[in-house]
Amino acid sequence: MPYNPALVAPMRAEVTQLGARELTTADEVDAALGDQRGSMLVFVNSVCGCAAGNARPALALALKHAVVPQQVVTVFAGQDLDAVARVRQYFADYQPSSPSMALLRDGEVVHFVHRHQIEGRSPQAVAADLTSAFDKFCGAVV
Amino acid sequence: MSGHVFHPGHSALHGMTVVVETAGALTYVGRYDREDSAGVHLLDVGVHDLNSASAKEEYILRSSKFGVRGEHRHVVVPVDQVARITQLANWEPARSS
Repeated sequence: MPYNPALVAPMRAEVTQLGARELTTADEVDAALGDQRGSMLVFVNSVCGCAAGNARPALALALKHAVVPQQVVTVFAGQDLDAVARVRQYFADYQPSSPSMALLRDGEVVHFVHRHQIEGRSPQAVAADLTSAFDKFCGAVV
Repeated sequence: MSGHVFHPGHSALHGMTVVVETAGALTYVGRYDREDSAGVHLLDVGVHDLNSASAKEEYILRSSKFGVRGEHRHVVVPVDQVARITQLANWEPARSS
């Protein structure tokens, strides 16, 4: 059963205020990821107080980096069920976990941050992993 | 580990994805919930059997890269069977003596 929308609203806002576009339906997911070009970070938000409580600040830190994905989108696990189910179809090689982050380049997952790579780590450490991936995959193509 | 308690009010491992290696053939990968007299409670658990075709190390490294394939919602591993509990993100093969 989805969480109370009032409970998750601040958690959504914490991500959308960073410039992430929220995808709440399967159609919106298909429109964003269906013919994806360039670089895109998909942030799977969640209520888990501790893992997601580190993941959101990590995202905020990472997006201050000099090199960032061209697009950032987000879905909310346990809330926007159809959108999350559809987005996971695009990451079929990866087991579902939330929070998690997938970096895509031209429709391909090039870097994935699972929940277990967030648990117990500081936002700074998670952000460092992300920015390393941004440097590798989001720079200009020569 | 960063040293802080991940979920205040619970054990330091509560909510963490861990590898539970046992004295027997089975290795479990799942979210640590708690430990009580029945054993170590894990949620959303994948299991590797030494008698299977794939090596244990391969199974754990694949779980780390692609995520844990949760085959069981809840598993209780008896404490006397537990050889080692490690966070999946920090897991390394045990050194042989």
